[in-house]
Amino acid sequence: MDFNGFYGFLGCPQNTSLCVQIIIILIKIAVVIAVTMLHVAYATYFERKVIGHMQVRLGPMRVGPHGLLQPIADGVKLFFKEDVIPQAGDKWVFQLAPIIAVFATLSALAVIPIFEGFMIANINVGLLYILAMSSLSAYGIIMAGWSSNSKYAFLGGLRSSAQVISYEIALGLSLVGVMLMSGSLNLYEIVKGQQEYWYGMYLIPQFLGYFIFLVAAFAETNRTPFDLPEAESELVAGYFTEYSGMRFALFFLGEYIAMIVMACVAVICFWGGWTAPPILLKWFPFLAVVPGIVWFFIKVYFHIFLFYWVRATVPRYRYDFLMRLGWKVLIPLALLNIVATSIIKYAF
Amino acid sequence: MAVIKDLKTKEITINMGPQHPATHGVLRLMLELDGETVVKCTPYIGYLHRGTEKLGENKTYATALPLTDRLDYVSSMSNNIGFCVAVEKLLSIKVPERAQYIRTIMAELTRIANHIVWIATHALDIGAMTVFLYSMRDREWILDLYEMTCGARLTVSYPRIGGVRCDVTREFMESCYQFTEEFPEKILQYETLIDKNRIWLQRTVGIGIISPEDAINWGLTGPTLRGSGVPYDVRKFAPYDAYDKVDFEVPIGKNCDVYDRYRCRMDEFRQSVKIIRQCLEKMPEGLVLAPEAPGYDMPAVPPKKPAAPPPKTAEGEAPPPPPPPPPPEETGPVFNELYVATEVPKGELGFYFISDGTGKPYRMRLRAPSFVHAGVLPKLCEGSLVADVIANIGTIDIVLGECDR
Repeated sequence: MDFNGFYGFLGCPQNTSLCVQIIIILIKIAVVIAVTMLHVAYATYFERKVIGHMQVRLGPMRVGPHGLLQPIADGVKLFFKEDVIPQAGDKWVFQLAPIIAVFATLSALAVIPIFEGFMIANINVGLLYILAMSSLSAYGIIMAGWSSNSKYAFLGGLRSSAQVISYEIALGLSLVGVMLMSGSLNLYEIVKGQQEYWYGMYLIPQFLGYFIFLVAAFAETNRTPFDLPEAESELVAGYFTEYSGMRFALFFLGEYIAMIVMACVAVICFWGGWTAPPILLKWFPFLAVVPGIVWFFIKVYFHIFLFYWVRATVPRYRYDFLMRLGWKVLIPLALLNIVATSIIKYAF
Repeated sequence: MAVIKDLKTKEITINMGPQHPATHGVLRLMLELDGETVVKCTPYIGYLHRGTEKLGENKTYATALPLTDRLDYVSSMSNNIGFCVAVEKLLSIKVPERAQYIRTIMAELTRIANHIVWIATHALDIGAMTVFLYSMRDREWILDLYEMTCGARLTVSYPRIGGVRCDVTREFMESCYQFTEEFPEKILQYETLIDKNRIWLQRTVGIGIISPEDAINWGLTGPTLRGSGVPYDVRKFAPYDAYDKVDFEVPIGKNCDVYDRYRCRMDEFRQSVKIIRQCLEKMPEGLVLAPEAPGYDMPAVPPKKPAAPPPKTAEGEAPPPPPPPPPPEETGPVFNELYVATEVPKGELGFYFISDGTGKPYRMRLRAPSFVHAGVLPKLCEGSLVADVIANIGTIDIVLGECDR
C-alpha cells in the first residue's frame, strides 16, 4: 500500500519539493478535466450517432463534416442561453444544485488510474471514495427538485433520491466480491490483483457481481431503462424541468461524467483496467506494444456503447418495479455473491 | 407507527397538460396524487375546439368535406370516407364499385398509418424510443401513396360524395401491392422490440383494465373496445364501401388490459394488409365518381320553391345533381334525419345530419371516438400509478382534433 504520508498521497517521488509537487498535481487535474470534458462533449455526439444509426437515421449531420462540430455548437448555444431562475424558487439552492451534481461526479475521477502510474490521487480507499462521491451527486438532484418549486421537478427529485439510495446498496454490495478477491480498496491494487489470473479479469469469477454492478450503474446514472427521474413522458424533464442554459448543461455534464466514471469503475474492477488480458498477449505477442491507455479507452467505450445500446432498445421501468428489482432481486443476488465469494476464497 | 398516523398528509394536485409531451396534443388532466398513486383524474378538453360542427352548417355538403380532414388529422382519409358515406346515404347516391374498392384501400391504408402513429407514440411514452423511428419510417410509404393519388399527404380530401376525386394510377397499384408484400415484415420488427420485452409486459399487462360490460357502457368503440373482448366492428355489422366483399377477421383481446389492446391493433395491421390485398385483386374497371354526384354549389334553399336557382354541376355531361331531397324518380329513401357510422381507426365515427332539404345540413353532429374515449380516462387511471396514466392515454388512442372538433 503506497500511502506513505502526503508525498505518497500525491503519488510523487519524495525528494521533490512541495511546490513542484503541487504544480504537477494541478497539471494532472487540468489534464484530466480537459480530457474528460472533451470526452463528455463527444460522448453526446457518439450517443446521438450510435442511437441514430440504430434507429435508421443519421444523427447530427449539419454542423461540420458528419456533424462533428455539433457538440461545440450545442455548448455555445447552451452557454449563451438565458439563465432563468423561477421567481418562487429557492434561489441559492437552485444555483448550488447543478454545481454539486457536477462537482461530486467530477471529483470521483481523481482516483481513477487511467494507465500504469497515472492517477491524481492514489488513496487506499479509492473504491469507497468513488461510491461516496456518486451518492453525493444525489444531493444535487434532490436540491434541484426541491428548489425549483415545481411539482414535476419535485416528483423527479423524490424519485431520484429513492432510486439512488436503493441502487447504491446493490452497487456497493456488488463490488464487495471484487474487494474480497483483491483484498484491497485501492483501485491500483485491484487492477494488479487481476493480473494473477490467466484471463486477467475479475469478470469471469465475478460475473454475477459484474451483472449486478451494471444494472445498478444504469440506475445510479439515471439511464434508460431506469431514467425515471427524468421520464419525459411523465414528468416532462424531471428534476431539471425548470433549468435552462448553462445550469441545465451542468446537469447534463454531470450525467455524462457519471456515466464515464461508472464505465471506468466497471473496467477497473471487472475488466482488468489498462492491462491487456495475459492470455491474449500469449497468443498475440505483438499486442504488447499497444499502450495501456488504449486498452483502457477501448474497454471504457465499450461500456459507454452499452449504455447507448440499452437506451435504444428497451422501454422504461415503472417506479414500483424499479424498487422491486432493486430491493428484491439485486440486493439478495449481491449478498449471495458475497457469501459465495467468501466461501470460495476461504476454502482455497 | 403512531407518529406516521398522526402526520397530516395531503394529495398533491398536478396539472398534466395542455402542454405536456405525453398527452397527445392538448389534453389536460388534473391529477390528484397520493405519492405516486393517482387518487383522482379529471380530463379537461376543448383546447383545440374549432367549431367544426357549426362550420358544417354554413357550408354545402360538398364543401364541408375538407373540415373532416382536420378532425383526426392522422387518419384524415377515414374521416372523409365516413362523411361521404353518410352524405351519400342522405342523398341516396350509389357509389360506383371501383370507387368503393379504392375507398376501402384508402381506409385500410389510413388504418395502418394511424396505428403506426399510435404504436410510435405509445411506445415512446412507455420509453421504447426505437419503435417510434422504425414505425415513422414505414408511415412515410403510406404518405407517399397518398401523394401519388391525390397530391396531398396529410389532409387529403380525396374521397368525394359519390366516389373519389380521381382514379388511381397503375404505379399506385403496384406500389401499394409491394407495400402489402413488405409491410408484414415491418410489423415483425416492431414486435421484436416490444412484444415479448419484459419491461413492456410489466408496463402493459394488467394495466388499465376495463371489463366488457364497462367498456360497452362507457361507449368505447374500435380496438379500445375490442381489446376487452367485444367483437363489435362497424365494418362487419353495417358494412359500407367494399367491406362486405372482402374477407377479414376482427381481432379481439380477452384480458381487457393495455397489452391486449396493443395486440388487437397489431393484429389489425395484418388484417388491413389482407383487406388491401383483396381489394387490389378484385378491383373492377369503371367510373370512380357517380354520375349523380353533387357539384360544389348545392342549392341553398329547397328546390321545391320556384325561386330556387337552377343547380349547377361540375360534370358537364352528367345529369343535373339531385339536390336534397332527391327528385321523385330516385328510388332511394329521403331522410330528414340520419345517423351513419363508419369504422375509423380509432373507433366508431358517426355523422348525424338533420336535413331541411337544402344543400346545407340544418344540423351536423359528430360522434367522435376520441371524445368518448377521453371520458373513460378517470375510470382507467384512478387508483393506478402516474406512469400508468401515460400508458392509459396511449392505449385509448385519442386525437384531440377529433375530440374537441
